[in-house]
Amino acid sequence: MQKFDEMYAMLPFDGSDVREHYKRYGQWLARQSADAMQARRAEAEMIFRRVGITFAVYGAKDESGAGSERLIPFDLIPRIIPEHEWTQVQRGLVQRVTALNRFIHDLYHGQDILRAGVVPSDLVLNNAQYRPEMVGVQVPRNIYAHIAGIDIVRAADARGDGVYYVLEDNLRVPSGVSYMLENRKMMMRLFPELFSAHAVAPVAHYPDLLLETLRASAPPTVAAPTVVVLTPGMHNSAYFEHAFLAQQMGVELLEGQDLVVKDRFVYMRTTRGLRRVDVIYRRVDDDFLDPQVFRRNSTLGCAGLMDAYRAGNVGICNAVGTGVADDKSVYPYVPEMIRFYLGEEPILQNVPTWMCRKPDDLRHVLAHLPELVVKEVHGAGGYGMLIGPAATQAEITDFRRALLANPAGYIAQPTLSLSTCPTYVDSGIAPRHIDLRPFVLSGRDVQMVAGGLTRVALQEGSLVVNSSQGGGTKDTWVLGQEGEETC
Amino acid sequence: MLSRTADHLFWMSRYTERAENTARMLNVSYETSLLPQSTAVAQEGWLGLLSISELIPAYTAKHGEVAPAKVLEFMVCDGNNPSSILSCLRAARENARAVRGALTTEVWETQNQTWLELARQLEGGAFERDPAQFFEWVKYRSHLSRGVTLGTMLQDEAFHFLRLGTFLERADNTARLLDVKFHAVESDFFGRASERNQEKDFYHWSAILRSVSAFEVYRKVYRDVITPGRVADLLILRRDMPRSLHASLREVVDNLAMVANGQSAETQRCAGRLLADLQYGRIDEILATGLHAYLTQFLDRVNDLGGGISRDFLVAAAD
Repeated sequence: MQKFDEMYAMLPFDGSDVREHYKRYGQWLARQSADAMQARRAEAEMIFRRVGITFAVYGAKDESGAGSERLIPFDLIPRIIPEHEWTQVQRGLVQRVTALNRFIHDLYHGQDILRAGVVPSDLVLNNAQYRPEMVGVQVPRNIYAHIAGIDIVRAADARGDGVYYVLEDNLRVPSGVSYMLENRKMMMRLFPELFSAHAVAPVAHYPDLLLETLRASAPPTVAAPTVVVLTPGMHNSAYFEHAFLAQQMGVELLEGQDLVVKDRFVYMRTTRGLRRVDVIYRRVDDDFLDPQVFRRNSTLGCAGLMDAYRAGNVGICNAVGTGVADDKSVYPYVPEMIRFYLGEEPILQNVPTWMCRKPDDLRHVLAHLPELVVKEVHGAGGYGMLIGPAATQAEITDFRRALLANPAGYIAQPTLSLSTCPTYVDSGIAPRHIDLRPFVLSGRDVQMVAGGLTRVALQEGSLVVNSSQGGGTKDTWVLGQEGEETC
Repeated sequence: MLSRTADHLFWMSRYTERAENTARMLNVSYETSLLPQSTAVAQEGWLGLLSISELIPAYTAKHGEVAPAKVLEFMVCDGNNPSSILSCLRAARENARAVRGALTTEVWETQNQTWLELARQLEGGAFERDPAQFFEWVKYRSHLSRGVTLGTMLQDEAFHFLRLGTFLERADNTARLLDVKFHAVESDFFGRASERNQEKDFYHWSAILRSVSAFEVYRKVYRDVITPGRVADLLILRRDMPRSLHASLREVVDNLAMVANGQSAETQRCAGRLLADLQYGRIDEILATGLHAYLTQFLDRVNDLGGGISRDFLVAAAD
């Protein structure tokens, strides 16, 4: 299989053939002693721990019974994307997220795309993530996925060039943006000289864009909307991020118990009584939002919230019911959506996907299991998937059985050789597989900061970058070409 | 601000203050135990320490006989004892983590760093090697926490709830310390003081003073020998003594006024009245009616104030 490394045109790297956009960084890196870089790594870890940039691991408990907090490993070598490539990716993201929002709005209103037969009705209407409660509900600006995390990977094509593919759309409560911001802060702290020598596009204004997006999602009658962040609480794996974003935006961080609905309006309980809430940036899944409508025993949301929402008295971001559009069974249809709603050709490609619900596709998948990646359509976080080339015979046999029992529950894709980026490992610097999650904001406009979160699979050969599975992160640079200084 | 946020802030600073005061009392007991004394006297000292936090039953159930090393361990690193320094600092940090967005980065990092360093201190055996040094460290971290709050926080509601927690807890802790330490010598308190071993008295009273950083202050204020009456005066009625009941209540009243809402009038009235009693009280009257009775009543009133603050601000507003 063709390999593609972001920094070196040839692997294994021997110091030559550094790609153009990595040249200056490569020269700098060559001048750094191993000891100095090791000291920086230790410093980074110490700072992350002191700042408390941690995530909780589900099921793991420390000896005192509290959930354990872990650091996400941070790698010092940035992933660099040249500006011209990013411009193209960004255009593709705006196009894709625009189409996805049109799609969700359509599903809960006219269902044109189903009637046109472009997307099979049963795929949508029988999907657990399809929320009948949302049918006919008007949401501000017809936007549902205000914050979208689109996972992008890169792999070599036949000529050995790197091609960007969308691997997955995350339209519910995508997380990770705080690491993008903290990684940049850390890099600027550790290596200020690099930033004076490179024209790195800034990312620190993300919270401002987010607040702008959220305010644009308020009920139209509210002049100065009160925005809040709703978290499941400090034991949630992404709690740090919830607290971080609330603080960066200067808004309150709420738990379900802080909310109350009266006469179809939402209020928070404050030291001076009840206060109106206009927009909720919720980091709680649909199922837990309102015990009157969804899970009855949930204490993470607030009774009556859906009622207030449907009455148009509060904005919820992301909207309820977006999960139907980021399901892996719907993913193969996104290019068709783009053509259907926008009349354009997709700028970003999908990974070729076999839908096991189709008999022909299923036959192909069963015949090629050891070569394919098979995913549960409702799975997330790197769980419930088979990576054929890395699987044992027993795992393949188990998966074959599961697949035959419920073909519609799976899709399969070729095992892409994800691009690699030089990364610090125990033995020194080695190539490790990476992906990219840009965060796309849809409010008045569709906008984003340059780059996103780069995740890296630290195990040699591993393709799984999820933090819950031992992945790490890197700073992501979108690099302009104007910088003429030398370092 | 959110009621829940105010609640976490209030308790964050209460637990920090409690950890500091526990370290203060343990340090004095530990240093006293290094002086030549009979086993009975030493035993009495450790029991007194446990009774300050009403922990004699819990301790006895776990360890039986009072042994200095066991008491120290119980009060410092026993995660199952809710009053241990470990438990207090953990609770402070958990409360801070729950509302880290309402704190400045410096305040949060100070709390988090304290917790991370505590784990290192306890695992590394620093505490067993040098208890006095460890207690100094706890005090230092508490000073830092207060200082960074004063030095970085906007003086809004969040700030005032933090300060309320600190001073309500301090009023409580100083009163408990006085009660137990005076109780220990109560039988000899009046009239018979001259019959007592003066040397022992000196150490007893100077230990109390040092536990609240008031030894030098006492010398400066009274320029005279240490007498129980003056110790009580200094720690109860002196407005300019930062750990006295009077000074603590003054802060409680002032911070309460800054966060007052439509339902807090009664709590403010009670706080103001308690402050007035301290402002216009005389130490000879207090001693004449009995210090223990006085302090018991004071502790009840402080406890009621805590309940009032909770009811007026911290419990979620009525549906």
